[in-house]
Amino acid sequence: MLGRMRRAFGYLAFAGVLSVVLAACGGTSLGPAGESPSGSEAPSGQAPAAKKVFTIAYKDDLATLDPAVGYDWTNWPAEKMVFDGLLDYDDTTNLVPQLAESLPEVSPDATVYTFHLRHGVKFQNGRELTADDVAYSITRVLDPATKSPGAGFYMGIQGAQDFVAGKADHVSGIEVLDPYTIRFTLSSPDVTFGNKMALNFAFVVPKEEVEKYGADFGHHPVGTGPFTFVSWTPGQELVFKKNPDYFKPGVPKLDEVHIQVGVEPEVALLRLEKGEIDMMGDPIPTADLARVLSDPAWQDRITKAPQVSTIYIAINTRVKPFTDVRVRQALNMAIDKDRVIKLLGGQGTVANQILPPLMPGYDPDYQGYPYDPAKAKQLLAEAGYPDGFETTMDCLDVDPQPKICQSFQQDLAQIGIKLDIKTLESGTLIADAGTEGKVPLVWSGGLAWIQDYPDPDDFYSPILGCGSAVPGGWNWAWYCNQDLEAKEQKAIGMTDREARLQAYREIFRALMDDAVWVPVYNGEYIIAHGANVVGKPTDFAHPEHTIRYEQLDLK
Amino acid sequence: MTRYLVRRALSSLTVLFGISVVTFAMIYFLPVDPARMYAGPHASVETVARIRHQMGLDLPLWDQYGRYVARALQGDFGYSYDLQMPVTEAVLSRFPYTLELIFAAIFVELVLGLPLGVAAAVWKNSWIDGLATVLALLGVSSPPFWLGLLFLYFFAFQLGLFPLGGVGGLSHLVLPALTAGLGGVGWYARMTRSSLVEALGADFVRTARAKGLSEWTVVLKHAVKNALNPIVTMAGQDIPWFVGGVVVVEMVYAWPGVGRLAVEAILADDVPLIMGTVTLTALLVVASSIVIDIAQAWIDPRIRLEA
Amino acid sequence: MSARDAWHRFRKNRLALVGGAFVAALVLAALFAPWISPHDPAEQFDDGLTAQGLPVPSTLPESTRFLLGTDELGRDLLSRILWGARVSLTVGVLANAIAIAIGVAVGSVAGYVAGRTGQVLMRVTDVVMSFPTLLLAVALVAILRPSLWVIIFVIGAVYWTWIARVIYGETRRLREMDYVEAARSAGARTGRIIVRHILPHLLPTIIVWGSLGIATNVMLEASLSYLGIGVQPPTPSWGVIIREGQNFYRTAPWLIVYPGLAIMLTVLAFNLLGDGLRDALDPRQRR
Repeated sequence: MLGRMRRAFGYLAFAGVLSVVLAACGGTSLGPAGESPSGSEAPSGQAPAAKKVFTIAYKDDLATLDPAVGYDWTNWPAEKMVFDGLLDYDDTTNLVPQLAESLPEVSPDATVYTFHLRHGVKFQNGRELTADDVAYSITRVLDPATKSPGAGFYMGIQGAQDFVAGKADHVSGIEVLDPYTIRFTLSSPDVTFGNKMALNFAFVVPKEEVEKYGADFGHHPVGTGPFTFVSWTPGQELVFKKNPDYFKPGVPKLDEVHIQVGVEPEVALLRLEKGEIDMMGDPIPTADLARVLSDPAWQDRITKAPQVSTIYIAINTRVKPFTDVRVRQALNMAIDKDRVIKLLGGQGTVANQILPPLMPGYDPDYQGYPYDPAKAKQLLAEAGYPDGFETTMDCLDVDPQPKICQSFQQDLAQIGIKLDIKTLESGTLIADAGTEGKVPLVWSGGLAWIQDYPDPDDFYSPILGCGSAVPGGWNWAWYCNQDLEAKEQKAIGMTDREARLQAYREIFRALMDDAVWVPVYNGEYIIAHGANVVGKPTDFAHPEHTIRYEQLDLK
Repeated sequence: MTRYLVRRALSSLTVLFGISVVTFAMIYFLPVDPARMYAGPHASVETVARIRHQMGLDLPLWDQYGRYVARALQGDFGYSYDLQMPVTEAVLSRFPYTLELIFAAIFVELVLGLPLGVAAAVWKNSWIDGLATVLALLGVSSPPFWLGLLFLYFFAFQLGLFPLGGVGGLSHLVLPALTAGLGGVGWYARMTRSSLVEALGADFVRTARAKGLSEWTVVLKHAVKNALNPIVTMAGQDIPWFVGGVVVVEMVYAWPGVGRLAVEAILADDVPLIMGTVTLTALLVVASSIVIDIAQAWIDPRIRLEA
Repeated sequence: MSARDAWHRFRKNRLALVGGAFVAALVLAALFAPWISPHDPAEQFDDGLTAQGLPVPSTLPESTRFLLGTDELGRDLLSRILWGARVSLTVGVLANAIAIAIGVAVGSVAGYVAGRTGQVLMRVTDVVMSFPTLLLAVALVAILRPSLWVIIFVIGAVYWTWIARVIYGETRRLREMDYVEAARSAGARTGRIIVRHILPHLLPTIIVWGSLGIATNVMLEASLSYLGIGVQPPTPSWGVIIREGQNFYRTAPWLIVYPGLAIMLTVLAFNLLGDGLRDALDPRQRR
């Protein structure tokens, strides 16, 4: 229907200059009910009738709002607006019940999880949510037809393998006991299963709506969440409005959320300064960071929060010459990480290992590889490449990533490696990196592995384990070590926390010895927002959800 | 007139045929497998093979071309992987913005260019004549993306007079239209000047002067009217030129037009969308040139006879 | 009309002389870029960034070693602009050579042979022309993957139509000339007539377009590179410098201003030169 409306404006525009002006104004009437001017016309703080319209701007358009599919830092918080999972996080990283009435009952060996659902929660189409919907949603993620990048998280459910292979028509480990009770049985112990049920992939979708829209569900999302999806003008804006029937009292506080897309970060920053938008979705451009941070006028418009992330170069272990560990180690010694921090305007700290410092299991005693180009060159020579070689690196096309990649280019040139940089939009980069043998090196900047849940396993299974070294997976190093896989299988079931963390320390040290990544730095969130936006730091930059729109408010 | 129209339509048909061959060839020889792109990176080899078959990619070349044309005639240019929607829908939803910008740019050219040209012709070799020449040269030599950035810096950022890109009301249109149109202002002025200078020396103008009409009446009523035809031609030719030319302007000002769509499609390797934008804009160019030719033939009967 | 007459007329055109002088200086700068650049255009200097990681302006007293300041990676802007002249001129000249080769071949044959062959050739020209130039170039580069040679080829491949049109018109006019008639009635073959009797008379037109075309092609290359679909980093192209520097327009406006000026002056110079050549070689078209 939206498409038809836009086309009608097209005919108007043909008529000449006067109607061209009409068409230009017409763009805004696509918004809810056509009455409110878009956020850029009237700063939300002064909106009539105190309607709280919150506007945020991003550079890239969102690809989808299907929680089973969209899995990056722009999609995720938007999906969180429309959908809910069984579990959620509090202001920090403790699990709390969401659609579930309480935390799940877990068997002593961590293989059986039983969830009791809240009664009376309604989808935005008016139907009540039941345990069947939860079963449907998880099964849908596992279904290969959904093409969900998150399927790997749920492969541990009993019968999932058979279902994916087409040997069963349902997943035996998912059982609906009654409309408000669902039980998951795992094939091996997993203490992190609760965390996995708080991921966007486990958000509950209504079957009838998914079937109604088919592949287009991602453009017509319907869930139980605090906001209802209103409209999506591709390349311009997404609009959400408050869900008046939301099951949690007191939230959301905003009436509408507008996500503007196609806005360059530097333009977004200026619009923010002029009060045209309420928040920048992208990081502050490094060109402006120093100025903004030192300006007293910006003090109450900046929110800082640690990011439990490691930004790294993934080395494709299945592409020559990176099949040779010495070449991978050489890369680790050739990168000048301090320079990267400088290019970032001083934000972030140099990383020497895979886990970020705030993650349980981080090894403060590990020293990492030194910056030593001479040693690196020597390693290359030992590996049979005294004169270096040519290779390519994929990079996100958002500032400052292309810049950082050029810094790597100079670093690698010093040890004789000629690096060719491909700057890509995030969707293409993720697809490329997830295609076996396609991309030798991937710079994860802008797409960095931000933790899904506060457990070291989150940095192994989804990005370095064998299960993720598959087409469309996130194991961009295409690394699969059966030995480590066995150790991880043991560690994930350990209920003694210290022993468990020690086991992970060993796994991650082995990964560093094998040099599958060059960990470059650990990130930090610096969010720019309007002075009238009210929210805790973790509402702007929650370690799990990034933005929590339902918690934000406008003065 | 009818005969002219028929001939004109026939020659457009051959051009359309050519466009279909060129775009089909570009898609066909592209090093990207449409079936794999459609299936997504997770799909198995068997799935991709099945999709290849469904999409008719295993058919002989001429057969595939036939299907391509048949679908195109129904307005079907495929499905965009990146936007997850039909290409035609995506492109048509962006066309109004591009057309809006083009018309506004031509408006700028006319509103600034014509008076400047008239003044230059009336005060030949004066400073205003020189200004027209300098503007023409500078306008055509300044990269539009650079002008756009400078305008953004001064008028939007430093002076805060206009929004920093994006679409909205008239205020959003001013800077992009100026950026796209300014390059042509000088050319319009020069064109107006030279046809005016010619017209001012013509017999009928001399007669009008002899009748004792005031100089301005002569210029405006007789000479300008006569000089108008080449201007219309030029404005007409501007449309196809601008369709390509506004790409960079759309990029600088985050203007959600077809050009921006094409560049985004390229950065996303979205082949159907790339080819869809290129094909559909080419069709727009053909259509607009037909309209212009007919308009000219209507204004000036000599053209019909020549054809 | 002799070459001496033309030179005489050209010499009196001050603007054209200025344009020609700038072009000559540019060619020299491009040829000798490795020797006259103060620095390696690719080197990222440690002192090329401020403590806050920003480009160093040329106005700071301690930065005399970077005459036009540095870019966002601490590279010397002046050196990059000088090396960028190489890219611009290489693309401008070679792409134009391709365009002229195709355009003259198509235009002269179509104009002389007329009939069906001529119609088909001009129809092909119409087809290519009906694609918006920059969009077609952008799509072709995307398909072939950007590299310097691809960009040269693509610009040549989209730009020849304009030359073909002009040459076509010129050839149609020359075709009716007495000496061509004479050659034809003397039984000379078509190919021979085109090469011996038509082409030499097209030379002034080709020379004029040789200059105007370079102006257009330099602009096309800059636009493609600015869009990120042209010359790829770290090769210094003026369009790339602006693309990369535009994020810093507030803190380092010189990153946009200087390379933009370089493009503008280059295009302007080739336009002035082309206009001057036209006036000198073809007095009929003098304004």
